[in-house]
Amino acid sequence: MSIGLNHFLIVSGILFSLGIFAIVTRKNAIMVLMGIEFILNASNINFIAFSKFGNFGVQGEVIALFVIVLAACEAAIALAIVLNIYKQFTTVNVDEINNLKN
Amino acid sequence: MYDVFFYIFAAITILSAFFVVTTKNVIYAVYSLLLTFFGIAGIYVLLGADFIAIVQIIVYVGGILILMIFGVMLTNKITSVEIKTQTLFVIPTAIGVGIFAGVLIARMITANWRTMPLNIDYSTTVYSIGASLLSDYSVLFILLGILLLITLIGAASIARKED
Repeated sequence: MSIGLNHFLIVSGILFSLGIFAIVTRKNAIMVLMGIEFILNASNINFIAFSKFGNFGVQGEVIALFVIVLAACEAAIALAIVLNIYKQFTTVNVDEINNLKN
Repeated sequence: MYDVFFYIFAAITILSAFFVVTTKNVIYAVYSLLLTFFGIAGIYVLLGADFIAIVQIIVYVGGILILMIFGVMLTNKITSVEIKTQTLFVIPTAIGVGIFAGVLIARMITANWRTMPLNIDYSTTVYSIGASLLSDYSVLFILLGILLLITLIGAASIARKED
């Protein structure tokens, strides 16, 4: 059986579900960030696969490039916030952070 | 040959991603994430997106992963090699995500996508991506530049030491 669009969609679907699983179950804020990266990568695989199989040229790749840039921005800002949270609460477990002002 | 490579990269991606979400050791999870990103880069190469694959490795492995290792190191009192994370709601979430994944994948497979057969010319896509960025998507390109500047200033100002 040759590789078609469905194979790529299955990979990205599994990756998306694993990302949601990581976001919901992990307590460490950095592990939650890893789940977000999984979801963004799953969307990227979908963009490029649809672009290639739908014969849209490089449009999907350009959008995937934008998603990668946004992911980098999001990781930088989120880790800065996590460092501040650690300074305030001396923990990064997201279920123990329950007040805005310490 | 193409199929074999696809299955190898898909297996690397899925298995290491599964290890990331199941392991308790944060450092192991970060290093497993490295393998996941490499597997995804391989999938991009199989789709003929060479530039995105390189950008994936440069940005994710070279940037985001290092940032995450810094984050792990800076937010734990390192007394031993083991840096653990706890979990909550594992069983209900596993059931819910399993149902979600089943429905999602079943829907995506049975959907009637109007696809064309994949014909990849194994020439570089850099020229057409560059032309596209500077013509069709030039406004988005400029906005992303401004966004990166804002992120640079914002991250530095959020994480700086208070006087």
